[in-house]
Amino acid sequence: MAFRSIPEPDRRIPGHMDVLLPRRAHAVTVPSWRECLLSPLTMMLVFGCLIASVIGTAWAQDATPATSSTFAILLKWTPLLAQGFGFNILISILSMAIGTVLGVFLGVLQVSPVLVIRKLAWLVTQFFRNSPWLVLLFYSILLIPFQVTIFGQTIPFPGWLKAVIGLSLPVMAYMSEYVRGAIQSVPTGQWESAESLGFSRGQTMRMVILPQTVKRILPNWMNLYAVLTMATPLVSIIGVDDIMGYARSALSAEGRPDVLIPMYLYVLCWFFIYCYPISLLTSRLERRHSVKL
Amino acid sequence: MAWTKDKPIVSLKDVRKSFGTLPVLNGISLDVMKGEVVCIIGPSGSGKSTLIRSINALNDIQGGSIQVEGQEVHDPKLDKLALRKKVGMVFQQYNLFPHKTALQNVMMAPVKVLKEDPVTVEKRARELIRKVRLEGKEDSYPGELSGGQQQRVAIARSLAMQPDVMLFDEVTAALDPETVKEVLVTIKDLAAEGMTCILVTHEMGFAREIADHIYFTDKGVIVEHGPPAEFFDNASDPRTRQFLSQVL
Repeated sequence: MAFRSIPEPDRRIPGHMDVLLPRRAHAVTVPSWRECLLSPLTMMLVFGCLIASVIGTAWAQDATPATSSTFAILLKWTPLLAQGFGFNILISILSMAIGTVLGVFLGVLQVSPVLVIRKLAWLVTQFFRNSPWLVLLFYSILLIPFQVTIFGQTIPFPGWLKAVIGLSLPVMAYMSEYVRGAIQSVPTGQWESAESLGFSRGQTMRMVILPQTVKRILPNWMNLYAVLTMATPLVSIIGVDDIMGYARSALSAEGRPDVLIPMYLYVLCWFFIYCYPISLLTSRLERRHSVKL
Repeated sequence: MAWTKDKPIVSLKDVRKSFGTLPVLNGISLDVMKGEVVCIIGPSGSGKSTLIRSINALNDIQGGSIQVEGQEVHDPKLDKLALRKKVGMVFQQYNLFPHKTALQNVMMAPVKVLKEDPVTVEKRARELIRKVRLEGKEDSYPGELSGGQQQRVAIARSLAMQPDVMLFDEVTAALDPETVKEVLVTIKDLAAEGMTCILVTHEMGFAREIADHIYFTDKGVIVEHGPPAEFFDNASDPRTRQFLSQVL
């Protein structure tokens, strides 16, 4: 009897039966627990490794005296790099904002009852979703004029603004797909009951359907933002001064090939520190959402 | 032709409908007078839900006519909002708006669609929630309510539009046996107040108790109809008798 792990059924209650708890319940809770415990740890570990390697390489190169240490060089250029990184963040936030607004609009058009609109929105979405971001950036630099004159007012379009527009296009396309998918995942009963209460199609979309899609879209949206932020160094290729541009300037100013690798590692750290918490938060949100479903 | 109370409030004449090549309704005619409670029963796939949804213009029909208070429902020029103010509908799956509380669910349509004053609507909504016996649940979200409670909120939500006719499409089919009763009591209260009700149901005992008239449909036609006592005890058509012997 000592081996028995399942307790004897309670015979006093008629019809009482032992019920084994579903295994899935355990399988779901255990890894999430472990992940919770590990994620801040992994973050510190990975980040620590990066810092250590930067300082480590700096240290190693200190062996050659008479020149300033790698570490000192990195420190010296930090204010400029931070300024450049701020520009990366600005570009990512603006692209995200524009892309999100356009993407929601395009996603709604993708489920339009009018066939032509639906197909057109689908085409636009697929076109931008399957284009390389760099090519889109080049196109926006080439196609958007330097300035636009409306009613005698001249609005200049500097390169960074063109870059914002160029990057917002793929964001728009991805958002459009997320929104379309989320709208279609809302049960049709919601449409029917809204219709029977007299809501028009537009009202139903705005007041009933779209609010319900927010929770479904949020993790994807945040993920997209992290990906976008990591893609912002592309703008340095088209001549916008971001962290990469400044890093290159710093390297050529110093004329020290040995700082090359630590410098770019340092740039990586900046992105990692910014993007990792986002992906952490995203997976936490996803987990919370998956429990509810 | 103005509608008067001595004429049927809902009138179907030779209604035909098919999904593609599959005929669903093959000439349905029925009249419902104001204050009457009508139950439609029949085997699954016999077109009951399609029929009740047609009355609310949730699906179109290919032939015949449906009139609510003398107004043709499937007239292309129909003012759908005017129809939806007259006809309330409750669904099998409740279909409450999950991002809104019970009170907000009830208030939403009158405020947003009919542009009524929110203060008056809120008073009415709280009254309706009390009526469906859910006092204290005003601020609960649908996810926090049981199936029976959600269904009663759905009934209150429909009533908030102050309809003249209520349609119930198998409203207890998704509920636990214990919670079926609380919803049926709510419908009974409504019927007792003189609300015109058209129900599609599988609850034979309830249909017998509440209905003024019962229609039995099979394969898209009305096979037999009559007052409940007559219908359940002296069904003449063999199809009706066979169905009743299976479900009773």
